[in-house]
Amino acid sequence: MSQLSESMLEVTSLEVKYGAIAALRGISLSVKTGQIVTMIGANGAGKSTLLRAISGLIRVCSGNISLGDADITNLPPHRIVGFGVSHAPEGRMIFANLTVRENLEMGAYLRRDSDAVAGDLDRVFLLFPRLKERINQQGGTLSGGEQQMLAVGRAMMARPKLLLLDEPSLGIGPILVKAIFQTIVEINRELGMTILLVEQNAHLALKIAHYGYVLETGNIILEGPSSEIACNELVRKAYLSE
Amino acid sequence: MRLHKSGLMLIAAIVTGFAISRFEHLINPYYYQVLIYIGINIILASSLNLINGFAGQFSLGHAGFMAVGAYTSAVVTSQLHFASSSMLNTAAFSLALLLGGIVAAIFGLLVGIPSLRLKGDYLAITTLGFGEIIRVIVQNLDFLGGARGFTGIPKLTNFVWVFSTVAIVILLVSNLINSTYGKSFLAVRDDELAAETIGISSTRVKVIAFVTGAFFAGVAGALYAHFVTYINPAQFSFLKSFEIVVMVIIGGMGSIFGVILSAILLTILPEMLRSVAQYRMVVYSLLLIVIMITRPRGLFVRTRTAKQSVALKTLR
Repeated sequence: MSQLSESMLEVTSLEVKYGAIAALRGISLSVKTGQIVTMIGANGAGKSTLLRAISGLIRVCSGNISLGDADITNLPPHRIVGFGVSHAPEGRMIFANLTVRENLEMGAYLRRDSDAVAGDLDRVFLLFPRLKERINQQGGTLSGGEQQMLAVGRAMMARPKLLLLDEPSLGIGPILVKAIFQTIVEINRELGMTILLVEQNAHLALKIAHYGYVLETGNIILEGPSSEIACNELVRKAYLSE
Repeated sequence: MRLHKSGLMLIAAIVTGFAISRFEHLINPYYYQVLIYIGINIILASSLNLINGFAGQFSLGHAGFMAVGAYTSAVVTSQLHFASSSMLNTAAFSLALLLGGIVAAIFGLLVGIPSLRLKGDYLAITTLGFGEIIRVIVQNLDFLGGARGFTGIPKLTNFVWVFSTVAIVILLVSNLINSTYGKSFLAVRDDELAAETIGISSTRVKVIAFVTGAFFAGVAGALYAHFVTYINPAQFSFLKSFEIVVMVIIGGMGSIFGVILSAILLTILPEMLRSVAQYRMVVYSLLLIVIMITRPRGLFVRTRTAKQSVALKTLR
């Protein structure tokens, strides 16, 4: 159990700016190995920016991001993947002209263990049977929910240590959202993947996460075990609309 | 297995080429010339397809690479030409083709680097500028003949040389595109950021596309120079670049087969239109417009795009 208390990702005083506008104003957080950690907050709070900074898609102004012992601040994104971080970006960003199978296979681009890759492909199809039905269809022809599954599946195919999920519920019907969240729990429990989940759907996110942070206009205003956050008066009013 | 098959196909293509070349003198010289141009255009269009169609980097400078290859090889053979020995000539020509390709590839690297920062229209303008710079530089270099052109290039290009190169280009491109490594080209074309998030270095993909594409454009330029035996800078103006781009677009960006067919079609078409004399280019342009209106994704694209499928869904 000692592994659980180890920190996988450590972010310290992270500042990110878009031009003159500060998107993240010096936030610090930590993600423990084997946990699901969620970052909730409204539109424009800086949630996606945080994930983009971690996976290297945008430059960090100041602060530090480290993964285990490695400093990954401002490395190019394709190198960060090599450290075991996989990002399922917002807006899905799947490869529209590749088939579902090719999209998933590309997720394992850096891996050389082709037998294990085949096994992981089966596992993704087990988690998302819908994708198996669409296996030879081009990514761009999938529905929004299916594209979301594909993005999550593709990120899983890298068999990352840390999986970054950006709003997997965005624009998806409630039944599918439930299925996707269930899958996230399974990925975490059965494959032991550590997950940093960014969500607007605070209700669902807090239900499955071990630990949570609340982000508001670039600052972390609250953190704690998710059960505590779910009980917090402010959060209940602002994000759980109770 | 695939490589094995490609090797056999390559040998078969070259043997066929040799067989046909035995009857070279029987072919009407005009048809022979058109055949050679078809081959050279297939090489040019297929290599540009790698950059524009597969890696999605819109380049308008292909004639520039072609010029580099043409002039480099012309310099090599003019220094190394042996009138007496065909064996030595073959060696000299191989070297000239290779050097033409390599020097063009170095220029491809130079152009590939700005492409890392530029996208779409901006990249197109930059590469267009590059092509013109090459042309103007050659025009002002006296040892290359300047605007008067480079004369007295030995006529070494024949059917075998051209179609062996065609076979190599086609096999290389199709093997590349069916490999995982080649899929990374398509991934970068579809979504560069997403490609980065799965570990693909988009920088590497773009540079490799430019370098390989430029190499074969250089070889095509060298083959061209040793067929027409006289080159001048005007032959490599941006009009030539556009001609190659049109072949790729009409064939269907990223379709190997389509681009080959359109290179054949667009080489033959202007020849067939010689009968309408001064209206030739008008008819040619009209045909291009009609093709673009009726087949906006290119003549031979079989796979349906996302947009079209969505449109079909809503129609149902």
